[in-house]
Amino acid sequence: MAEVALRNVIKRFDDVEAVRSISLDIPDNEFVVLVGPSGCGKSTTLRMIAGLEEVTSGDIFIGGEIVNDRPPKDRDIAMVFQNYALYPHMTAFENMSFGLKLRKFPKDEIRKRVDNAARILDITELLDRKPKALSGGQRQRVAMGRAIVRNPKVFLFDEPLSNLDAKLRVQMRTEIKRVHQMVKTTTVYVTHDQVEAMTLADRVVVMNNGSIEQIATPQDLYHHPKTRFVAGFIGSPAMNFMRCRLEHNGVGLRVRISAMVSLPVPPSQSAQYQSLAGKELIFGLRPEHITEPRRSDRDQECEFAATLDVVEPMGMETMVFFTVDGQEVCGRVDPESAARPGEVMRLHANMDRMHLIDPQTGAVL
Amino acid sequence: MSTAALSVRAGRGFGVGASLRRNRRWALITSYVFLIIFAIFFLIPPYYMVVTALKSDAEVARMATNPWIVADGFTLEQFKILLTQTDFLIFFKNTVIVTVCVVAITMVVSVLAAFSLGRMKFWGSSILATGIFLTYLVPDTLLFIPLFQIVKAVGLLNSYWGMVLVYPTLTVPFCTWIMIGYFQSIPKELDEAALIDGAGHMQMLTKIFIPVALPGIIAAMIFAFTVSWAAFVYPMAFLYSADQQVLTVGTVTSLIRADVYKWGMLMAGALVAAAPPLVIYAFLMDYYIAGLTSGATKG
Repeated sequence: MAEVALRNVIKRFDDVEAVRSISLDIPDNEFVVLVGPSGCGKSTTLRMIAGLEEVTSGDIFIGGEIVNDRPPKDRDIAMVFQNYALYPHMTAFENMSFGLKLRKFPKDEIRKRVDNAARILDITELLDRKPKALSGGQRQRVAMGRAIVRNPKVFLFDEPLSNLDAKLRVQMRTEIKRVHQMVKTTTVYVTHDQVEAMTLADRVVVMNNGSIEQIATPQDLYHHPKTRFVAGFIGSPAMNFMRCRLEHNGVGLRVRISAMVSLPVPPSQSAQYQSLAGKELIFGLRPEHITEPRRSDRDQECEFAATLDVVEPMGMETMVFFTVDGQEVCGRVDPESAARPGEVMRLHANMDRMHLIDPQTGAVL
Repeated sequence: MSTAALSVRAGRGFGVGASLRRNRRWALITSYVFLIIFAIFFLIPPYYMVVTALKSDAEVARMATNPWIVADGFTLEQFKILLTQTDFLIFFKNTVIVTVCVVAITMVVSVLAAFSLGRMKFWGSSILATGIFLTYLVPDTLLFIPLFQIVKAVGLLNSYWGMVLVYPTLTVPFCTWIMIGYFQSIPKELDEAALIDGAGHMQMLTKIFIPVALPGIIAAMIFAFTVSWAAFVYPMAFLYSADQQVLTVGTVTSLIRADVYKWGMLMAGALVAAAPPLVIYAFLMDYYIAGLTSGATKG
């Protein structure tokens, strides 16, 4: 149990800068998820914390001490790998106890710890099997067990669920969350799956191009993304982005997204957008905020008509796709009210949830 | 009409199935024919060896009898004389000593070399790995003259310990090469997991790499054994007294006197000499094949 901190950490591979000066503070026992597209530097960051990659410049602290030059074994960390990395010639028990054995723990202590971890992970009856005789989910549990028995300061997870099928992934996700609640330990978890990030994390670190785009709680990230990248990356389906012009029509501000459609900026946000009037911007609105008009939506002004291109029923809701000024837009509507492809449907935009983005900098305004 | 069309189609379907089956049968027959031809081709020399070893000197010398069968009755006389009245057992003992030492030296050197070249990235490691393989491409028929100077300089001329020194020049490069491929096929995460678990490089090698790469190591061992057991050029060049001689050269030199070939005893000697490799192959062949193929694909 310890806090982890990164200070201006840079990693350069030859002349490629994989991680560009990132700083991050992770308090004791926090579950932090590093998320981003492949090649964003998240795995490299994790591997630097583990000591598997050297830091080009900057400092890494674990428990308040600089660990830059310490080998992995002296950092008191445990890591779970994407491909499990179980030793194929050892049983589950031997896999889990290997680290303790190297550290010369007494036999009964090893037995106690492995049994305890096996109970937490529900793999007690698998301890005598070799990895070959285990399923993907069971292997992942053994890999987690290997980390738990060490009782380390920090858990590191490198995309641990990517090799599992969709159903098992959801199951193991819950499992990891449960384990973290039982075994309170500082955890750094890397994934490219934003759903995993949102469901597991106390705080999410969104990375792109080797830099941190935003650090926030999952809710905060969803409602208040700081950049266009974060806005587009978090949430599924992704946020709609439309070119727009912010106009002032005498009564209030309006977002004009096409010759036909302009939507009013709610009074609560008018003040902060006042100075942007007349500018070309990007209008962002999540699919879940484009719905059929509901009785509670009094504001008729936020309604518009759209000709549907594609309709995807999901059961609980239906995705409707249409184009505005050549840009594809997605809405999530009630299955009962969804029109058919080619038909015109009236939709309502929940403008309280709107975002305006600077097209040059990509910053959410 | 539709029923007619259906039946036609069904008929054709049946025809396709039947011709497929016929094709398969022909393929099988052809492969068996060729397999049998090759088996006969490769088994004739050993058969001839066995038959000749079981004949008496008189029958071997007699031109009138069929050389392919034992006409005068089996005799183990050749083996008896070979084992009691020649230096054969000395050659055998020398060969065993040399081979055991060479295999041991080869495995220690090439496992360590392969581990460092295949796993620990350092400056020039890949060039070095290629370089090692290139040395294997130089044939021993070219090397024995310069090596003669070296063996002489270290005072091991006409001593089988000289063989222990020079055989590894043949075995180490190839074994290292096999094992580099094998070690590289072990996922990188495995050593990282071991590093985090607290293993040093030596523990990583002994506790993870060697057990996981065991099939590859056994393949390399069989190779080293074969090379060392069957080497001919070096003992021919560096050994000249009978008490230091090894099987390959010793059998030939001691059983051929000028133009007198003791065929029966030569064949008996060859048979006894071939026995240990045969036994080892029979027991370890599965490992050998598994090792060679997985090292090759590098999967």
